[in-house]
Amino acid sequence: MTTPPTPQQPQAQPQQPQAPHAPAPAPQPQGAYAGAVAAPQGPPAMVPAPPPAPAAPAPPSAWQQAMNNAYTSPIPVTKTNIGHALASEWTKIKSVRSTVWTLSIFLILVIGIGLLAVANTQSDDYQDVPFTVPAFFGLMLGQICLITLGVLVTSSEYGTGMIRTTFTASPQRYRVLAAKALIFFVVAFVASAGSILLVGLMASGAHSGPEAGDIPWAGSVFKGALYVSLLGVLALAVGSMLRHSAGAITTMLGVVLVPAILPGFLNIWESTAKLGDKMADYNAINSLAKIFRIDGIDSSSTGNSQLVLLVVITAAAVAGAFALLEKRDV
Amino acid sequence: MIELAGLTKRYGEKVAVNNLTFAVRPGMVTGFLGPNGAGKSTTMRMMLGLDNPTAGDVRIDGKHYAQLKDPLKYIGALLDAKAMHGGRSAFNHLLCLAQSNGIPRTRVHEVLDTVGLTAVARKKAKGFSLGMGQRLGIAGALLGDPEILMFDEPVNGLDPEGIHWIRNLMKSLAQQGRTVFVSSHLMSEMALTAEHLVVIGQGRLLADLSMPDFIRQNSRSYVRLRSPQRERLLDVLHQAGVTAVEAGGGALEVDGATSEQLGELAARHQLVLHELSPQQASLEEAFMQLTAESVEYHAHADHQGPAPDGAPPSGQAPGRAPGQAWGAGRQQPRKGK
Repeated sequence: MTTPPTPQQPQAQPQQPQAPHAPAPAPQPQGAYAGAVAAPQGPPAMVPAPPPAPAAPAPPSAWQQAMNNAYTSPIPVTKTNIGHALASEWTKIKSVRSTVWTLSIFLILVIGIGLLAVANTQSDDYQDVPFTVPAFFGLMLGQICLITLGVLVTSSEYGTGMIRTTFTASPQRYRVLAAKALIFFVVAFVASAGSILLVGLMASGAHSGPEAGDIPWAGSVFKGALYVSLLGVLALAVGSMLRHSAGAITTMLGVVLVPAILPGFLNIWESTAKLGDKMADYNAINSLAKIFRIDGIDSSSTGNSQLVLLVVITAAAVAGAFALLEKRDV
Repeated sequence: MIELAGLTKRYGEKVAVNNLTFAVRPGMVTGFLGPNGAGKSTTMRMMLGLDNPTAGDVRIDGKHYAQLKDPLKYIGALLDAKAMHGGRSAFNHLLCLAQSNGIPRTRVHEVLDTVGLTAVARKKAKGFSLGMGQRLGIAGALLGDPEILMFDEPVNGLDPEGIHWIRNLMKSLAQQGRTVFVSSHLMSEMALTAEHLVVIGQGRLLADLSMPDFIRQNSRSYVRLRSPQRERLLDVLHQAGVTAVEAGGGALEVDGATSEQLGELAARHQLVLHELSPQQASLEEAFMQLTAESVEYHAHADHQGPAPDGAPPSGQAPGRAPGQAWGAGRQQPRKGK
């Protein structure tokens, strides 16, 4: 603790309204007062003597003395950094059940549906598509789990009031959000890349016959995992901006589903047909399909432009979340 | 030490906190008192950097809250017992807080032990009773062994044992030289713990003074008299230039004279007295009078009924003159409002 400059005298009393019956003698209270009067006699060393004049604050010397006697903790002071925030957020994400549940469902969907697809395909089905295609079907549903988890990582703190405790402990708010996004991204990426890889290995093991084209599939593991993880980070940013779990999850479902549904309507009118085509090309489900080369390895669409679009949108949303974070009251 | 300078918070047209300037000093329990809606919690949130002030400034040992690198070692705060994720265990809740400030894991066990939650450390916080939640919140506040502690309405909803525990905890923390700042809307609670009082109403500072001064300045003392010769007593008092007010049950209440003077006066006139007792208005009443003007949510339905929150049943308020409503002070014009 630093010794403060000469403390400022607290503002003079803003008018002490007198009790209606003016004279207030007898400073010897009784009954209900006993405790109150006893209290100031507590620790003589620390307590500035009761001020002599009514309403006058203790003289500065007494303050100084009190400051010098003030409590100092034996716990060493550490300068905190992003590492502390990451450790804290890692504890947070693994210590609630919703994380375990959403990730388990994600793995069950991707691996389970993937294995079903592997079991129902033949080697010649992989003639011009990569072995990771079975994971695509599970991933279409599984991405909703990652979206939910991403939203919950931020919005659940607002919903429960935990955010006030969090920001009291770490007033560097941007650091908290950065740590959340980073931890979530790593968790989501490891889970999705791992499950896609597993499905790909199963498929390549089961259908390695001569009919299968030797299509490289490492890129689809990486890009597929990146795509759904970024979708989750987008959800995390939306959760941080909306601060409401149900609202943020609904918004994200809209982001995923509306561009997949709307082209059907937009193509009715010539003026909107072009927009409809773009939506059909760039919606989340089609983007994943392109990343997994569903149309065949010879198709020109590699899913890269879709991935870039998602990177841009996610970056914008994260920037928005950071901008709002410092300004708003919690 | 916490210093507030001209702290103001506006929500649109409404001014929640209006130009607050005061300091919270170390080594004692400072009570932060005000009726519901007076702006206590908003002020505390601004102190912790959770809400941004519209104007003014709060400094913790000379620094802004956001400049504190490991704030838990400076300030421990209990704002709201339920400000935690219910799905997380008590231990993990404290662990993630500790990690964010680089506090060793062993300290988590220590504070759990201090608040008596070791046995339920692995249980989920949502299964906790209000009192247990409050204890967990306090454990979080103590985590960094800070020199400043802030508690917002810590005794709300606690059982007598819990209230007693918190009271003693606050006193012992202050005795160690820490700054303890505790808000309440219950004067009676403050009377037992606080040595210094900061009173606000509708966001304005109404008083900033020591507890004995508060008592001296804000409470009425009087003498209660009962006599079978009531009419003669009234005459005698009148001649002596003392005004007496009728109280219920044939008693009289006299201001401006000590019980000794009144007893001697009665003896000189050979009056029989059945009661001669000095009385003092309760602190609760002093607080009510101070804040009467600024109580935001009045109970309008029944003026004789119980006063706004925190008022004791009328039987416990001997100071109330007959027919004088709680809000009597309201009619008194005060300057500076």
